[in-house]
Amino acid sequence: MPHRLRHYGALMKLSEKLAILADAAKYDASCSSSGGQKRDSLKTGGIGSNEGMGICHAYAPDGRCISLLKILLTNFCVYDCAYCINRRTSNVQRARFTVAEVVQLTMDFYRRNYIEGLFLSSGIIQSPDYTMEMLVQVARSLRVDHRFGGYIHLKTIPDASPELLSDAARWADRLSINVEMPTEGGLKALAPEKDLRDIRRAMGRLRMGIDEAKAEKKAPRFAPAGQSTQMIVGADASSDRDVLTSSTNLYANYKLKRVYYSAFSPIPDASKALPLRPPPLVREHRLYQADWLMRFYGFQVDEIAPANDSGMLDLDVDPKMAWALRHREQFPVDLNRAPKEMLLRVPGLGVRTVQRLLGMRVHRKLRYDDLVKLRVPVRKVAPFVATIDHRPRVDGESGALRHLDTTPRQADLFGH
Amino acid sequence: MRLVVLHDGSDLAEWRGQARALLAEDVLPSDVQWQVGERAGLLPAESSPAHQPLREAKPAGTVPREFLSLASTVLAHADARRHAVLYRLLWRLTHGERQLLHIASDDDVAWCEQAAKAVRRDMHKMKAFVRFREVAQPQGSVFIAWFEPSHDILPRVAPFFVRRFAGMHWSILTPTRSAHWNGETISFGAGAQKADAPNEDALEALWLTYFANIFNPARLKVQAMKNEMPVRYWKNMPEAALIPGLIRDASARMDAMVQRAPTQPKKHIPAPLPRQPSALPQGSLAELRLQAGQCRACPLWEPATQTVFGEGPDNAHIMVIGEQPGDQEDLAGRPFVGPAGQLFDQALAQAGVERSQLYVTNTVKHFKFEPRGKRRIHSRAHASEQSACRPWLLAEIQRVAPKTIVCLGAMAAQAIFGKNFRLLEQRGQWITLDNGIGAFATVHPSYLLRLPDERERGEAIAHFVRDLGMLRSLI
Repeated sequence: MPHRLRHYGALMKLSEKLAILADAAKYDASCSSSGGQKRDSLKTGGIGSNEGMGICHAYAPDGRCISLLKILLTNFCVYDCAYCINRRTSNVQRARFTVAEVVQLTMDFYRRNYIEGLFLSSGIIQSPDYTMEMLVQVARSLRVDHRFGGYIHLKTIPDASPELLSDAARWADRLSINVEMPTEGGLKALAPEKDLRDIRRAMGRLRMGIDEAKAEKKAPRFAPAGQSTQMIVGADASSDRDVLTSSTNLYANYKLKRVYYSAFSPIPDASKALPLRPPPLVREHRLYQADWLMRFYGFQVDEIAPANDSGMLDLDVDPKMAWALRHREQFPVDLNRAPKEMLLRVPGLGVRTVQRLLGMRVHRKLRYDDLVKLRVPVRKVAPFVATIDHRPRVDGESGALRHLDTTPRQADLFGH
Repeated sequence: MRLVVLHDGSDLAEWRGQARALLAEDVLPSDVQWQVGERAGLLPAESSPAHQPLREAKPAGTVPREFLSLASTVLAHADARRHAVLYRLLWRLTHGERQLLHIASDDDVAWCEQAAKAVRRDMHKMKAFVRFREVAQPQGSVFIAWFEPSHDILPRVAPFFVRRFAGMHWSILTPTRSAHWNGETISFGAGAQKADAPNEDALEALWLTYFANIFNPARLKVQAMKNEMPVRYWKNMPEAALIPGLIRDASARMDAMVQRAPTQPKKHIPAPLPRQPSALPQGSLAELRLQAGQCRACPLWEPATQTVFGEGPDNAHIMVIGEQPGDQEDLAGRPFVGPAGQLFDQALAQAGVERSQLYVTNTVKHFKFEPRGKRRIHSRAHASEQSACRPWLLAEIQRVAPKTIVCLGAMAAQAIFGKNFRLLEQRGQWITLDNGIGAFATVHPSYLLRLPDERERGEAIAHFVRDLGMLRSLI
């Protein structure tokens, strides 16, 4: 055995643990390493930097980014959440890392440039406080003993004491608490030991800590990259409207950086409480697009998932196109005159393209050919816009327009 | 035709010096041929010898700062036309087209933007996909990586690795350049070969274990992976060797998983103990508080974080009733802790009244708001919501049995004195309630915060303090 690996104890054993505890962590969609305090190792002489922009160091064939070493400290758990492979009634093989093992693994992976840092979560063992204390020890050891400047994301246990939350926030860049289900009823049915009110109270405490640290320069560090959460989609009967209503509330109440949507995925040794079939992955994709439209394009839930409808997003076309098809009377949009807010509502025009068009039209009139040169998807955009040399045919029929958008490109949704 | 030979085709200072000299001599872009290296001899006889820029070349007008930053990035691109396109762009910028960079659809601008984007992407991917291997040496470990970028980006990316791995000794080798960090200084050298880098690192086995197990076979999205991790980078990433096998076996693993029936749990992990009604404080007010935490008598509970119940000694002589909790109260679960609460605290201090002696509560116990992006806009509770909450307020008054009640704001005053109460007219007047409690109303501190005129606000606060001063002798 090479001497470098000796401090792990038996190598086989460590790699077995890693296999089990990485497998157990893969249902958490978040792998973001963006935001947070800028740091570099030139000042500390240690290892690790954070420049604010996340980096995805690899991609797995499931299309998800691998940015952080995403593992569980242990997959032993006293909770019995139906959707979770680690629930106490599951027959999954169990394992537990020591604090030192996680620290060493993180440092060794980081030095080889495999990862941006660590995303550590855990099953609940003994008590919420005991478990949280272990997670905090890992983060503290990385920062203090190893002068580690990379990214740390800790999954936070809502029932843990507020003091432990503050400790966690001192060492971690980001904290997250999963709301798991879009509705309180869904959570009660599938995760009997979890309580939405506890989760919300804990998120409220995190927001207060984050706000306070931002407002006062001298306040101790408190999760500078903010908090995020995850919702499982398709494990219960909640509609997309339920999901998006819940996210709107979470963004406003707790200033979350991100809400991650995770399409319920079949797990080995599944519980009887779950549906047999997973929802189509494109549903998750549509929810991310809708979330994006609400955060960066000025859309409201009622526009994206109208109350009088089924409450489900159209799987065939993206939500912006779906909105445009429901509101043909607002088009075509004159690219030379329309305000920015309206340009952002044109299917196929992104934030960056809109900026460019605005920058150009100060100096001269926009023509159809400009869209071609800017490489926008003209077939998709043309029916909705007018330029000095282009007006769409008025009889552009919705059915035909839908076909322009049947192959969604699966963007990188997990990186940043 | 003017031939310009650059020693380093990616160096901004060198290209800029040449370009300036050409501009100063009014050399048309179509009359310049750019070349990298020392191969001048291969060119047609008419070409002049490599041009030496004049030391004091007259700067031909200024160019926008964005141009230099764009040029610096574009120069790292592998395309041999970059010098010529940039010179043409520079020429046009200095010959009547000053706003050219804003015309994103112009051919030269679009070409440069595309080239810059490709370079930035390659730089980003280099930060992501470099893989170091550790080599043990007597004076300590050295970490060495072999990487094949698509563009000439090593000098541009090396500072990133310095900032990240300052405490380590490392080298990055590429076919055209190499960079070395000894813990103190960075040095650049000639290109290398793959064989110059180590071909193994025992720790990679753990990384491969991780890669294989973090992959979820139930959601295969091969194209999404390839879009973000282009296949051309795979040859120097050890984990990429696993990809074909993971893809091949994914559907079989998924089918096996779905078909396997749920099993009976073999090992028994005991369920957690049911949550203790955590050390229930004695006294019925405390019970009330727990019950109110579960209240769903109106729809306000759902979007809120928690019920904000009253707070203070359960035998307080004075009860203060406000309107409804705000953003901060909702997060903290305590009344009067936000901006209005802070003003209230200051006013109490000036009036010489201890807040800890008061029982402080609200007419409505949940925060009502409209979500707006990352903010919540306060909205006033309807009459139906106020009346749904009324039993809690009446119960609080009954259990605390105060001698005095102070209402802050119209909502609280009308809840206690009835619908016909007029705050502005009856403010500060003592009224004896049916149960013998003495009560008066004053303004809500959030009203004071909203007064735009500073002087007016100062006077209103003083008035508020005088009202509260009536409590001093009653505690």
